[in-house]
Amino acid sequence: MKFTVLVDVRLRSGIADPAGATIERALPALGYEGVSGVSVGKTIRFTIDAADEQQAISHSEDLRDSFLTNPVIEDAEVTVSPGAGDL
Amino acid sequence: MSGVVGVVVFPGSNCEMDCIESVSRLGGEGRLLWHGDEDLGGVDAVIVPGGFAHGDYLRPGAIARFSPAMNAVERFAAAGGPVVGICNGFQILTEAGLLPGALQKNRGLKFLCQPSMIRVETSESSLTSRASTGDELSIPINHFEGNYTCDDETLARLNDEDRVVLRYVDNPNGSVDDIAGVCNEGRNVVGLMPHPERACNDLLGSSDGSVLLGSLLDMVA
Repeated sequence: MKFTVLVDVRLRSGIADPAGATIERALPALGYEGVSGVSVGKTIRFTIDAADEQQAISHSEDLRDSFLTNPVIEDAEVTVSPGAGDL
Repeated sequence: MSGVVGVVVFPGSNCEMDCIESVSRLGGEGRLLWHGDEDLGGVDAVIVPGGFAHGDYLRPGAIARFSPAMNAVERFAAAGGPVVGICNGFQILTEAGLLPGALQKNRGLKFLCQPSMIRVETSESSLTSRASTGDELSIPINHFEGNYTCDDETLARLNDEDRVVLRYVDNPNGSVDDIAGVCNEGRNVVGLMPHPERACNDLLGSSDGSVLLGSLLDMVA
């Protein structure tokens, strides 16, 4: 079966996020007030073949932990949905 | 009789010839190694050079660490062989788990390319045996992701074990505890963000890098 996987990578709390901070500082100049907590991460999408959803999750989490993130500075959440499509 | 220093080349490396040239000027022999090779051809020391291996895609060093040559470097390091990672090479060694911590984006989000004063914090490493603790060296930096970070426990351990090899005199990038370079437990693997290979000739503004790469050559003489 095919599953679509989305990996949402964020910087861990306590890790400096200069991109997020720079965007947040720019917002008032553009007229947007009251926006805080801006953080910049990345999303990685792929399709995976697996026997069932549990295996798709397990493989995707292995991939996340061994390659897609650096646990020293990043956390990531994996979302798996059936079928090959957009997430 | 001088040793042979292997310089691992990845797609996107760009400092390999500077390393070869500097090693040669210092009386050693440099040899290029290809990232796809599964052995190191019997070299006596390894430099993982700067650049943008695999385009720095995903994270700097994240893809390079899976190269066949890096498996060989891991075995070489485990056997006590001297390994130095410079800039992108430092990032690759942290991604490979040969050195602790990680390099995040510079504080201030600026790419930094400038001379930098670096203080030697220990002479007990494969890169600093010719130097004395407290020596200050002018060596250029050239990076966007050079802001060294690690958790508190790791930092305490690095300090307790005297494994911070180099510190910035005037921290340019936000690195925790002003760290510019660290070594592994065996002290044979060293990673640093500054580029000693670009400071081995007075024509380039400084030859202070000679003491560092000269130390590496002493390891293999």
